[in-house]
Amino acid sequence: MARMTIDGKEYDVDPKLTIIQAAAENGIEIPHFCWHPSLSVAGNCRMCLVEVEKMPKLAIACATQVADGMIVKTESERAIKARQAVMEFLLINHPLDCPICDEAGECKLQDYSYKYSIGYSRFEEDKVHKPKRVELGPHVMLDVERCIMCSRCIRFSDEIAKQPVLTFTQRGDHVVLTTFPGTKLDNPYSMNVIELCPVGALTSTDFRFKSRVWEMSSTESVCPGCARGCNMQIWVRNNQILRQTPRLNEEVNSYWMCDAGRLNTYKPVNSPQRLKAPMVRKDGALVEVGWDEAIAKAASELKSFKKNELAALASAYATNEDNYVFLRFVREVLGTKNLDFVRHVVEGDEDELLIRADKTPNSTGLKLLGVGPMEGGRDLTGIIQGIKEGVIRALYILEDDVASVPEIAAVLPNLQLLVVHSSIQNKTTEYADVVLSASTYAERHGTFTNFLGRVQRIRPAVATLEHDRALDGFAMSRWDKFASHNDRWGRPMKRDARPTWRILTALAGALGTKFRYNTSEEVFKEITERVPAFKGLSYAKLGSGGVTIQLREQAAVPAS
Amino acid sequence: MGSNGKIIRKKDLNFWQRMYIPEIAKGLRLTITQMFKPKVTYQYPDEKFVPPPSFRGRPVLVEEQGVERCVACGLCSRVCPALAIEVQASETELEKERYPIKFEINMVRCIFCGFCEEVCPEEAIVMSNEYELVFTSQEEAIFGKEKLLTPIEKLRPRLEWLKNNR
Repeated sequence: MARMTIDGKEYDVDPKLTIIQAAAENGIEIPHFCWHPSLSVAGNCRMCLVEVEKMPKLAIACATQVADGMIVKTESERAIKARQAVMEFLLINHPLDCPICDEAGECKLQDYSYKYSIGYSRFEEDKVHKPKRVELGPHVMLDVERCIMCSRCIRFSDEIAKQPVLTFTQRGDHVVLTTFPGTKLDNPYSMNVIELCPVGALTSTDFRFKSRVWEMSSTESVCPGCARGCNMQIWVRNNQILRQTPRLNEEVNSYWMCDAGRLNTYKPVNSPQRLKAPMVRKDGALVEVGWDEAIAKAASELKSFKKNELAALASAYATNEDNYVFLRFVREVLGTKNLDFVRHVVEGDEDELLIRADKTPNSTGLKLLGVGPMEGGRDLTGIIQGIKEGVIRALYILEDDVASVPEIAAVLPNLQLLVVHSSIQNKTTEYADVVLSASTYAERHGTFTNFLGRVQRIRPAVATLEHDRALDGFAMSRWDKFASHNDRWGRPMKRDARPTWRILTALAGALGTKFRYNTSEEVFKEITERVPAFKGLSYAKLGSGGVTIQLREQAAVPAS
Repeated sequence: MGSNGKIIRKKDLNFWQRMYIPEIAKGLRLTITQMFKPKVTYQYPDEKFVPPPSFRGRPVLVEEQGVERCVACGLCSRVCPALAIEVQASETELEKERYPIKFEINMVRCIFCGFCEEVCPEEAIVMSNEYELVFTSQEEAIFGKEKLLTPIEKLRPRLEWLKNNR
């Protein structure tokens, strides 16, 4: 341990650290642009200059290792003067286009201008003009004029994404960020450079000009795109998801997230194909009906089959809570032993950083809960075979487009009854007799268990008909808080969707078994009491980062 | 009233003062002199008041060479204390890069404070001299771009006034 002094206070720190790290560990923020905790040190922005006693010149805190007895002053007159000078240099050629810049509101340069700059410009000459609206790749747009040459994006591409295509060309104030000839920034993690960029030079093609950042609310959630379960923020305005950004969790995804997770997961939530209400097949066509009618129809139809004629498919896209209630529903209400779930593994589509071949967020959770064929029951292959032979005549499917698997799609027309929970019109709902409109990952509380056994919370960011943003504790933007009936923006579209566990609770009631759940937290509490792997957990304990549980423990059969 | 709450009357008024006649005559003189002064009453709506450029009428968008100056930065929307303004940006091929695909002012909410005009970095939203706002429903009170866009020629006096007084 090295004993050092920062701004008059003594701290014991690890001598391997740099000044900026040591300060950060003790809650002191030294302003910086180019330094990033997960990237190599470049030391080119000069913003982190601090005064170190007995050093003749100011030192950059990001590249100076701490030493025993070191005395650092971050707020001395020399340090402040140096910071102001650095800010002035950076702002000389930085365009004053904050009003049209997507980064405004979360821009490091903008924030630091308020905090560390002199507040006015002495520069009267023309600013340097450089290329604008350059497409670096399919998801990233570059405005070179705004670039402050911190090289974070270059280091990210080289070190983390392992696609070294970015570089600086030219010198002095003519420096231009560009890709090497014939290359594009098109790696699966390319969009991380958008958050890394301390200014608005790199912006998202998808989110470009959609909203100012202060107009949105953000909700802590987890990406449902693969078994990794990257922590993320869902950004919502007017009840619509506009973007998803990674949230720091060193145990899961660090600062990063893949492009597919950011884009492909939220698009179905906003899709015009979303179901607006439950549907029932009448005279060959699916007709929107109320919940009571849909539940009654499902109940009466399910009653007309023998137990061994029924089969059920759980879903690794649904939460632990949903699958647990489904497990109870299948055992106690349907009484069938034929239960399994469809695995969506894309062999080869994985890498060492984040992306997993298993494209479902909760397959580990299903295994821990014990979702699978019961003794004497059929597994997925058995169920398909059974449907083909006409032994299984009714199928109950949770949120999963199982018809995307050709073998399953081929046998679905043989069924006499198909009940589906789905949030969107898809191939499976085309075959369905009763479609119960389920809410998506962005509209419900719940937990996913990732491939490492980390149980993580998802939280609702988009309101459905059953929600009220204020009463249900949603993240609220200024617009959400003050909307009234005569504002067009106060009347966003809300869909009539419910979380799967709630639908199952209602259906179980209609079939004569009472499940006593009012919130997903109550379901989770029961899981922790009955499934050993989840023992001792609670929503409060999971917090925002989740808890890793032992995977070796055997999943137990919940006693009812 | 006295400090103890009792009503105190002056008892030393003389006869003429008690008759009030001189006071009535004074009042009548004022009335009659006013009758012969030039009239300031407008015969509205036959005769309309044209406000000076400093007047803050309904906010409008400046249209220059067929396009709005607005870049949809949303600062007017942010600063509006009554949350009357909703802006949705979109991309344009023009040099300004972005423009408002939707720009709505809810005139039921607007309080004519002029903050939107003050905050605008492009001088794209200004307070016009229009004060006649009649709606038959709340929905009608939401003005879209078609009602807000005003050719710059009509707004010259206000823009000139802003240049000199800001």
